[in-house]
Formats: sequence, structure tokens, C-alpha cells
Amino acid sequence: MSAFSTLFRRELALAWGRGGGPLLAIGFYAGAVTLLPLSANIDPAHLAAVSVGLSWVCLALASLLSLERLFERDFEDGGLDLLALGPLPLEVTCLVKALAQWLTAGAPLAVAAPVAAIALGAPAAVAPLLFAAAALGGLAFSCLGGTGAALALASRRGGLLIAVIVLPLLVPPVIFGGAAVDAFVAGLPWAPGFAFLAAYAAGALALTPFAMAGACRNAQS
Amino acid sequence: MINALANPHRFMAFSRWAAPILAVAAVALVAVGLWLGFTAPEDYQQGSTVRIMYIHVPAAWISMFSYACLGGASFFALIFRHSLADAAARAVAPLGAAFTFLALVTGSLWGRPMWGTWWVWDARLTSVLVLFLLFVGYIALRASIDDEAKAGRAGAILALVGLINLPIVKFSVDWWNTLHQGESIFRAGGSTLAPVFLLPLAIMGVGYMCAFGALWMVATRAEVWRRRASSLALQAAFS
Repeated sequence: MSAFSTLFRRELALAWGRGGGPLLAIGFYAGAVTLLPLSANIDPAHLAAVSVGLSWVCLALASLLSLERLFERDFEDGGLDLLALGPLPLEVTCLVKALAQWLTAGAPLAVAAPVAAIALGAPAAVAPLLFAAAALGGLAFSCLGGTGAALALASRRGGLLIAVIVLPLLVPPVIFGGAAVDAFVAGLPWAPGFAFLAAYAAGALALTPFAMAGACRNAQS
Repeated sequence: MINALANPHRFMAFSRWAAPILAVAAVALVAVGLWLGFTAPEDYQQGSTVRIMYIHVPAAWISMFSYACLGGASFFALIFRHSLADAAARAVAPLGAAFTFLALVTGSLWGRPMWGTWWVWDARLTSVLVLFLLFVGYIALRASIDDEAKAGRAGAILALVGLINLPIVKFSVDWWNTLHQGESIFRAGGSTLAPVFLLPLAIMGVGYMCAFGALWMVATRAEVWRRRASSLALQAAFS
């Protein structure tokens, strides 16, 4: 357990300090949300209709930002090889990395999401649900994004490649989360979408560490 | 059969004859299917645009089938480290992307007169588009990794992740929205399609399958030859 908590603290510290940490994701998120009304009709009724959807899809985009450095730095300086030799299985190491990514990028974005949605005209009552959905969705985004980041390790040209690999995989969480918050705003039952989102996040949390570890071993071989 | 063909020499000997035979069968079946399809009576609602079905529906079948082939080949390549399976996976990805693209384009051309729009964000269209993006992601990942073996394993992991995700994508998209007509051919209680339309469609389906098989074999053969050529070039460089 102590190896686990030591690694977890290390990953959190790295993710928090890495190139501006969560501020970078928040800054991108704020910028993207600002651009959307500028490019579209700013009639409040028009904007309010798409407000939660826009704030939700920008979350998915913002979650891609810091993925590139998730494994790359450890891979380049040999840290990943040491971690692979250490007491923890590589699967657990990858899981810890994804969780740290979630806590340092997903959680701050989950706080920012209701603010963005309300600024775009969503009713304030949606804030708790949007926060919860963004937190859960962020977990799925981190797990799938981590898989893409680990796969792109062997190529050493990360960035855009990770986005191309990961975006199609993000379809289910985007649909489930967007459906839940949209249904809440429309006064419809929102629980099914939220439950599907939670199930998807749980499934991603359980399965993607194996894909991440396999991809890391492949890049190291 | 698959076990026997896992031997590259036997596969090369087999596919040398099987690929041209399948190709001839494909040309014959597609010609007959198109002939029957274009001489079939017009649909009472859709008029002559119903004939797009004979191009569109088999392409959509093959697009799904080819991802299953990619997943299966990736599984064998990843678990058993089988180089022929890896060559087959690499060969099937552009084919699958091409059939998926064909399904999307013909569907769009069919949608314009029937639904009055080129594209709708309907469940089936969206899931086929996501399928296309998965193929593109696979091709992009393989293309960006220089080391052949690493590219194969990374691609196999991505293909398997996509294979698990694809039914969920399908389900989520269905749950999200549906406008496309429901399944009308493989359904409990028999097909809702009249036999005069069903026969040419079935012939076209088998013809597409033969064409896919022939193209896949040829592409896999080309991949095997390419690997032999590059290893010969390496040997020549070091000798």
C-alpha cells in the first residue's frame, strides 16, 4: 500500500506542477467556451438551448490537452522503466497515472463546467448535476485518453495523433453525459443517462489499465 | 482451415489461386446482382432511387464485418504474436475504411432524395461515421510508428479497445436518437423486403463478400511480399 500511496503522491505532484498544471486545462476550456458564442447566434434563447451541450463537449476537448505528457516524460527519462521494475504491477501504475490525471485536470474542469454552462444561459439548478456528470465523465475521459497517450508513446509524435485515436472512443461518455444534463434542463428523467455514464466510467476504469500497460510494455520493448 | 492457413507458405500457395477465383466470382455476382437490381420493378414509394440500396446495404454490411475481421486478426496478432495475422490486420484496415466510406457516400446520396437532406444525425449514420473514424485512427497510429513490430502491437491494442467500445458506441447512439429505418432483412418473423428486391440484394451481398475476400487476400499477399522485400534489402545492406 505504501508503494501505491507514494506513487500516487508523486503522480499528483507531477501532474499539478506539469507546465501550469490544471490552469492550462481551465484556460483552454475558458477560451473554447468564449469562442463558441462569438461564432454563433448570441440570442440568449438560442444560446441557452445549446449551453449545457457546448459546456459538455468542450470538457471532452479540454481533457485531451495534458495527455501528451502523461506517459511521455517518464518514458523519455527512463522513469517508466523503473516503475515497471518496481513492486507495483504496471497496470496499477497506469491506473494511478490516469487517476492523478483525473484529479488534476478532470476535477478542476468539473468545477469550471457549471460556471461555463450558466454563463451561456443554462438554469442555475443544473449546476450540481453538471458537476457530478463532469466529474464522472472526466474519469472516463482520463482512462480512455491515457490509453491513447500510452499507444502514442511508440510513435513520439503524440499530440494530434492522440486526439485522432481518442476522439472516436469518447462518443459514449459524451452522449450519456450530454443526454443526462440536457434531460435535466428539459425537465425529463435524467437518471438513465447518468447511470449509463457512471457504468461506462466504471467499465473504463476497470479495463483500460490493461490496455495502457500493454501499450507501455510495447513502447518499452 | 484457419489453423492450416496460419502457415505463411500455405497461405501464399492457397491465396494465389483463391484470390483470383474469388475475384471472378465477385465480378460475376455483382454483374448479375446489378442486372437483376436494375430490372426489378421500381419501389412504389421510392421510385428508382431504391436501386441505390444494392450498392449501399452490402457496403454497410462489409464495413461492420471488416472491423470484426480487424479485431479478430488483431487478437491473433497480439496474443499469439502471429506475423501473418498482423499483416492481415494491416491489410484490412484501409479496405474497411474504403467500404465504410462507400456506405457513407451512397447513404448520403440516397438520403438526399428520400429524406430531403444529405446528412442527418441519426443513430445508424452516426455509428457508421464513428466506425470510419476508428479505422482512420488505426491507420494513423500504425503509420506514425516506424518500428514495424511496435506499430503492429500498438495497432492491435487500439483495435481491441475499439472492438470492445464499438457495441457500446452502437448502443449509445441508438439510445440517443433514431430515424433510420429499423432492421428489415435479418429480423424475427422474416424479411419485410419483397422477394423481387431481396434476391438481387442477397446476390450483391455475396458478391461484395467475395470482393472483400479477394481484396483482403491480395492486400495481405502484398504486405507479406513487402516485408520479405524489406528484410532482403536489410540483409543486402548488412552483407
